Amino acid sequence: MSLTLEQVQRIAHLARIEVSAAEAMSTQGHLNGIFQLIEQMQAVDTQGVAPMAHAQDVCQRLRPDAVSEGDRRAAYQAVAPETEAGLYLVPKVIE
Amino acid sequence: MNQWEVVIGIETHAQLATVSKIFSGASTAFGAAPNTQACAVDLALPGVLPVLNKKAVDCAIRFGLAIGAEVATKSVFARKNYFYPDLPKGYQISQMDLPVVVGGALLLQIGQGDKAYEKRVCLTRAHLEEDAGKSLHEDFHGKSGIDLNRAGTPLLEIVSEPDMRSSDEAVAYAKALHALVRWIGICDGNMQEGSFRCDANVSVRPKGQAEFGTRREIKNLNSFRFLKEAIDFEVQWQINEIEEGRKIQQATVLFDPDSGETRMMRSKEDAHDYRYFPDPDLLPLIIDADWIARVQDDLPELPQQMRERFIHVLGLSAYDAATLTASQEMAAFYESTVAVAGQASAKPCANWVMVDLAARLNKEGLEIAQSPVSPAQLGGLIQRIADRTISNNIAKKVFEALWQGDGATADEVIEKQGLKQITDSGAIESLVDEVLAANATNVAEYKAGKEKAFNALVGQVMKAAKGKANPQQVNDLLKKKLAE
Repeated sequence: MSLTLEQVQRIAHLARIEVSAAEAMSTQGHLNGIFQLIEQMQAVDTQGVAPMAHAQDVCQRLRPDAVSEGDRRAAYQAVAPETEAGLYLVPKVIE
Repeated sequence: MNQWEVVIGIETHAQLATVSKIFSGASTAFGAAPNTQACAVDLALPGVLPVLNKKAVDCAIRFGLAIGAEVATKSVFARKNYFYPDLPKGYQISQMDLPVVVGGALLLQIGQGDKAYEKRVCLTRAHLEEDAGKSLHEDFHGKSGIDLNRAGTPLLEIVSEPDMRSSDEAVAYAKALHALVRWIGICDGNMQEGSFRCDANVSVRPKGQAEFGTRREIKNLNSFRFLKEAIDFEVQWQINEIEEGRKIQQATVLFDPDSGETRMMRSKEDAHDYRYFPDPDLLPLIIDADWIARVQDDLPELPQQMRERFIHVLGLSAYDAATLTASQEMAAFYESTVAVAGQASAKPCANWVMVDLAARLNKEGLEIAQSPVSPAQLGGLIQRIADRTISNNIAKKVFEALWQGDGATADEVIEKQGLKQITDSGAIESLVDEVLAANATNVAEYKAGKEKAFNALVGQVMKAAKGKANPQQVNDLLKKKLAE
């Protein structure tokens, strides 16, 4: 399997990464190299092997349901580019 | 309309009743000042890691057991990737291939009286995920304001099969699900605050066709009325489109309650666009048999089981049983009332709770938990009807007195106000004699065949007895005397 240039552009759009035409060409090469690696792995017979969700054979640690984080808005907003009335301001987004 | 079949599936987001978020220790309390409950994890600051809230998992297990589903011994969290400013990480932590709850079903009672029927709606799955923040688009100098207090709030997304065939069935499903999540205490069900919101997947197809039509998804319906109105509008819109020769395009739409219309929000991106993959920050969630057993032991009797007990043990109708199990508060009130009045009075207890008490509560805008008349007081009152100390009519007076606080028990009110029914037949007989002597016209009319005259005589006797005579005894005695 290999990716077309259009597919590379589409993935770039989904990831909100701007790639120029030249970059798209080199990215296509890189990605197709990765696909070759994947193809090699897919050639291994995995019949009857459960898909692995994590590299380590351990399970999720849980925390008790308790509030441990207080209000630190002032500190967090001190590093935000723009705030008003306690809100973070971002370029206008409309659905 | 008649040659079309409507197909509806519903996705519900139920906010889980935890005090802290699903992956962080920030508070989930509603109504706080913006961003005061958004911690470093919720803001996706560099280097933070999510740690799963055990209570959220408890809630999911409770739900799974309550709907007879399979609780997955191993489930996996996945990243759902999309870009929106109220999602700081650039992905939502959700579950994809291995959800925590698989299958299950809800049994619905739809309609009333002759048209009532039962319907079983199957559930596909339920999975744990985090909520996003809130975007405010009012004018902030041409910018949007972001409040991340809601970001990371635990949600259980409950997905039904496309089993519903009308907006009424969809509403019945949503109501049953709403009642259930409140009943088992995993969600407060507050729809105004967004704790319980539904998305409806709606399509139509010619009757008899096996394949489904193309569906459109109506997002974020936060009341049962909007759910019904939105589906009804959408169904008609789709039928018109098809009948006019156009094809339905898969899309996400919003319902505008003011116009009563649905409008397109975005054409549906296909699932691949979300580029789901297992979240490397989170390990598989393992739920062992002991954990499931502990949750099972802690589960209350479920509405469905309680309904069946009410029908088979207490002899109630299916309708009464369904009404009384609409909420746990209602069911508890009824059961406490029966405990005092006695099981033989189960049916009168049902009537008092569903009719008299409900009407009075409704008039004052009160919830059953706020009733000024306690189950013990109501049960005591019904006892006095059962043992014929008072008639039903007098009982309404006693009930009102209890409501107003004019007495601690029915017995006290009956005693204080002298409402005890006259059952001494000698006393009633003398009242009857007086009335017959004083109402010769009515007596003559009755003897001439006018049934109405009899009722007038009964009324006169009851009036003379100040309502306290036993109506049955009065009837019998009058008939006997008039026949002489």
